[in-house]
Amino acid sequence: MNNANPSTSAEPMIVFRHVEKWYGSFKALTDINLEVRTGEKIVLCGPSGSGKSTLIRCINHLEPYQKGELLVEGLKVGEDPKIIDAVRREVGMVFQQFNLFPHMTVLENCILAPMRTRKTPREAAVATARRLLDRVKILDQADKYPAQLSGGQQQRVAIARALCMEPKAMLFDEPTSALDPEMVKEVLDTMISLAEEGMTMICVTHEMGFARQVADRVIFMAKGEIIEEAPPEQFFRNPQHKRTQQFLGEILSRH
Amino acid sequence: MGLKEFLFLLRGLQWTVALAAIGFIGGGIAGLFVALARTSANKLLVAVTRGYISVFQGTPLLMQLFVVYYGLALVGLKLDAWVAVAIGFTLHASAYLGEIWRGGIEAVPRGQTEAALALSLRYWSRTKDVVLPQAFKISLPATIGFLVQLIKGTSLAAIVGFTELARAGSIISNQIFEPLVVFGIVGILYFAICWPLSLFGAHLERQFAQGSR
Ligand SMILES: Nc1ncnc2c1ncn2[C@@H]1O[C@H](COP(=O)(O)OP(=O)(O)OP(=O)(O)O)[C@@H](O)[C@H]1O
Ligand SMILES: [Mg+2]
Repeated sequence: MNNANPSTSAEPMIVFRHVEKWYGSFKALTDINLEVRTGEKIVLCGPSGSGKSTLIRCINHLEPYQKGELLVEGLKVGEDPKIIDAVRREVGMVFQQFNLFPHMTVLENCILAPMRTRKTPREAAVATARRLLDRVKILDQADKYPAQLSGGQQQRVAIARALCMEPKAMLFDEPTSALDPEMVKEVLDTMISLAEEGMTMICVTHEMGFARQVADRVIFMAKGEIIEEAPPEQFFRNPQHKRTQQFLGEILSRH
Repeated sequence: MGLKEFLFLLRGLQWTVALAAIGFIGGGIAGLFVALARTSANKLLVAVTRGYISVFQGTPLLMQLFVVYYGLALVGLKLDAWVAVAIGFTLHASAYLGEIWRGGIEAVPRGQTEAALALSLRYWSRTKDVVLPQAFKISLPATIGFLVQLIKGTSLAAIVGFTELARAGSIISNQIFEPLVVFGIVGILYFAICWPLSLFGAHLERQFAQGSR
């Protein structure tokens, strides 16, 4: 389905050009070049510490970068706080640890940002939130607090919360890594249905089944660099680099 | 000791409560800004408030009241005892509450702020909607503990001639020469206010400990 995906257009939505990032004197990203087109689904994988989180966190400026440039819809993410705000409104993020607000109900979690940053009236925000909670199949839990939900349910709420901002792209940072195995599927199914609806997605994940099913491209990182980039078929069947082969061997033997 | 004397003590108690309330409310408002400055990204604000907190935590409350009352009078600013004491307690409480709440703010997991940032919430919304409610909950037992200290600390206001409960006690005691009875009653009055608060604080602490299983 890779190149045949009808929702993928030629227009680049997110562009990295020679992006480099340091944490103090430690270089976390080296010469990152990447173009993500509207509607494209990217899976990012690589060993621990290879810079996957750092890379996607640069997109919504949770991490600043020091060299090169990063454009989202043509706007350079960097110094200008207005652009950073705009990018964050358009790009949703889902975290490994869910990061739901524990003192708010599921519904309140979902309506906060639309009300505060989009100035959506409460009723409209509630309506949108209910529609999206229904879509991630958790509407019946809308008035509960996060701590009353299972991990899988919390992560689906986190996805709905991000979707409430009606983003044009979604970033996922190991969304299933903190989940008990029996809950992984419900979250992946939610992500798959999102992908099928044409959402632009960058997913850091080691769920290779998911990668095969939805990714247009799989990107492999090691030591802060993009080492390999290929459609999933090719990536899994015929990885070019030794480092990739070794990594895939480890991942596949673990499952 | 007669009814008249007892009513005098109750009036002292009233001032004690009023003074603690002013210190707590004034100190709470100022302390909120101290805590926010202390946890801000602005290095100057952080340094200034760190110094502010050190000064007030590193010197006795008695001395702080002295400086506000007599010190300011020396430079020509003669304040009413009531105003001086209110200012003194507000400053004192703002430093302590600021430090307690700084700890609470820093104890809120980093992921909470990151989620708020990723949702494009601005500083004020991140603070008011996301961080502070969680920080206050974490800080509540320590905050109540400080309130109890503050109530007992109001007895120091006597040195600038302020007739709160402890000073009312010594006045009565000097009149009727029954120090044991008088100070026994004064002690019971302090206890009647502070003990329920302490219990409440301990109760909250237990509840949170269970809640965070
Ligand atoms: N805040 C930080 N300060 C200093 N170094 C950091 C910081 N965050 C990450 N690093 C370092 O940067 C490198 C890349 O980290 P990153 O979290 O992006 O890796 P990752 O690929 O997401 O790994 P994982 O699979 O463990 O999540 C690591 O070596 C990490 O130790
Ligand atoms: Mg990571």
